[in-house]
Amino acid sequence: MTTTGLDLGSLVRGERVHRRVYADPAVFDLEMARIFSRAWIYVGHESQVRRAGDYYATRIGREPVVLVRSEDGRVRVLRNRCAHRGALVVADERGHAADFRCAYHGWTYRTDGSLLAVPLPQGYAAAPTADPALGLQAVARSASYRGFVFASLAADGPDLATFLGRVASSLDDMVERAPDDALEVAGGVFKHAYDGNWKLYLENLNDGVHPNAVHQSSVEAARAQDDTVVTDGAGEIAVRQMRQNGAAYGFWEKEVGLFTFPFGHSYLSDYHTDEKLVAAKRDPVFADYIAALERAKGRERARAILSVGRWNTNLYPNCSFMSQFRQLRIVHPIAVDRTEVHTFNFRMRGAPARMFHDTIRFANVVNGTGSPVLTDDLETYGRIQAGLQAQGPEWINTARQFARERPDQGGGHVSDGTSEAHIRNMFAAWVQYMTA
Amino acid sequence: MASRRRSKSARPVRRAPTGRAASLRARATPAAVERFLVDEARLLDERRFEDWLALFTADATYWVPSEPGQADPLETISLIYDDRRLLETRVRRLRHPAIHAQTPPSRTTRLIGNVIVAPAAAGAIAATSTFQMVEYRRDKQRLWAGRAHHVLVPAGPTFRIRAKRIDLVNCDSVLDGISVLF
Repeated sequence: MTTTGLDLGSLVRGERVHRRVYADPAVFDLEMARIFSRAWIYVGHESQVRRAGDYYATRIGREPVVLVRSEDGRVRVLRNRCAHRGALVVADERGHAADFRCAYHGWTYRTDGSLLAVPLPQGYAAAPTADPALGLQAVARSASYRGFVFASLAADGPDLATFLGRVASSLDDMVERAPDDALEVAGGVFKHAYDGNWKLYLENLNDGVHPNAVHQSSVEAARAQDDTVVTDGAGEIAVRQMRQNGAAYGFWEKEVGLFTFPFGHSYLSDYHTDEKLVAAKRDPVFADYIAALERAKGRERARAILSVGRWNTNLYPNCSFMSQFRQLRIVHPIAVDRTEVHTFNFRMRGAPARMFHDTIRFANVVNGTGSPVLTDDLETYGRIQAGLQAQGPEWINTARQFARERPDQGGGHVSDGTSEAHIRNMFAAWVQYMTA
Repeated sequence: MASRRRSKSARPVRRAPTGRAASLRARATPAAVERFLVDEARLLDERRFEDWLALFTADATYWVPSEPGQADPLETISLIYDDRRLLETRVRRLRHPAIHAQTPPSRTTRLIGNVIVAPAAAGAIAATSTFQMVEYRRDKQRLWAGRAHHVLVPAGPTFRIRAKRIDLVNCDSVLDGISVLF
């Protein structure tokens, strides 16, 4: 399709992508209209709106929305925009309210979005409160999978189950690690930003070749660390993680699988075992956790759950999560060269309380704004964006292990952990959204 | 973490007899503590990171919370929460030639003020101060400000830092990566 002189489909070739896909504001605007306004976008978790009246304000692409549990108990995703003059109605990021009152003229909405009251109703030909169009509009579709709430701004398209497909099993993995089969958002939110395109973030998360270069400084600093030095647990987990980032290329080739699926999704398998990360068998808290899991689900089922070793699962276009330490990231595009990432932690219901401490420690090292690991990723995104200002070389290369993806019995394809298959797979989805 | 090790001599400072406690009080004047904090800031501005690390006790913690008034470093994420082991790794990385996030390195200059000194438990001293810091790196300047809380213990003629907590005024903001020390 040609729009403003852009032949979008031609910007993506099998093993290369045109620089404009990352650097052209016109492409970015089209991505907001065609990808973020169509795909199922992760909005939040039901535990963030536990009681009727609880709300959490966020964005779908650039559009402000609010996740709310209404008086009828239903979780809704409403557009956060007053029907009167267009102001944001919910200005706080999270909270609890009996109703939502706009700051400008006091138009007031029920928690289901319907208009409750306006000042001077006699000034209107018909009562605004009787007009369903004058509410906080619900987004076209919203649906929940095991507590994870997604929304789509498009009325048409595949349903959520179809969209998630096989990678729903990664959400299952995260939920089922909780002895009570339930998670709750806890422990605060990191909000980090970088001067680069939104797509770089998920591309990097499942890129098994970057750690040895990007993270060399933290890998080697961690390798040189004296393990007899005092730790309260923070250094234990962080140093382990940094060292694991230095795994040899051969490990990524032989031990790690990169699985790709329709709609641009992917996950990395078997990067970590619990043993590598938390010294599972020797940690008394983890032993208590295993015992709780076995009590709840039986020994065999507990073993099967803990044997799942997935690293990041990417839900295209802008969500990534990791079940072993129960982290989830939402990538918010701000501009073609500016992105914010919000990261969340989940507490497992039914697990020993101290298990969450390791989630926090892990979050600090992989998602922390001051992390010795993450900061080198953010710097790299900025350098990519700056480099892509060069107009002469038009293409960037996504050719590693091109056309070596093998069909997988799970319905997708599998490559080894050094492939760029996940990037090509995201661009296959990109072309579908952008040219449909 | 079964392999977590705690130093047997967790407190590097011997339990002080009365006479020493009196001498601590004499030494821990507001002027002496302020001098210590200013010297600490200077070490960071001059990128003398190893000398700065040497100010910390063997069981020290270094904490930059992510929320105003954050109660706990284990129940809530932190911009930085380092025990001694992680702090050593962090400082070692700052010297690594392949530290992309500090290539080129940040230049900083900071002002320390409003120092308040109070006695704390176990012969320690609690010092609260405010700071403002300008960070410059690659054509960008960032302004940092906040309140620092030091737990100091006497060591010879000066002090060591047992705990340092830095509450940034914008700790819960959207932030670009942080690779400087506060």
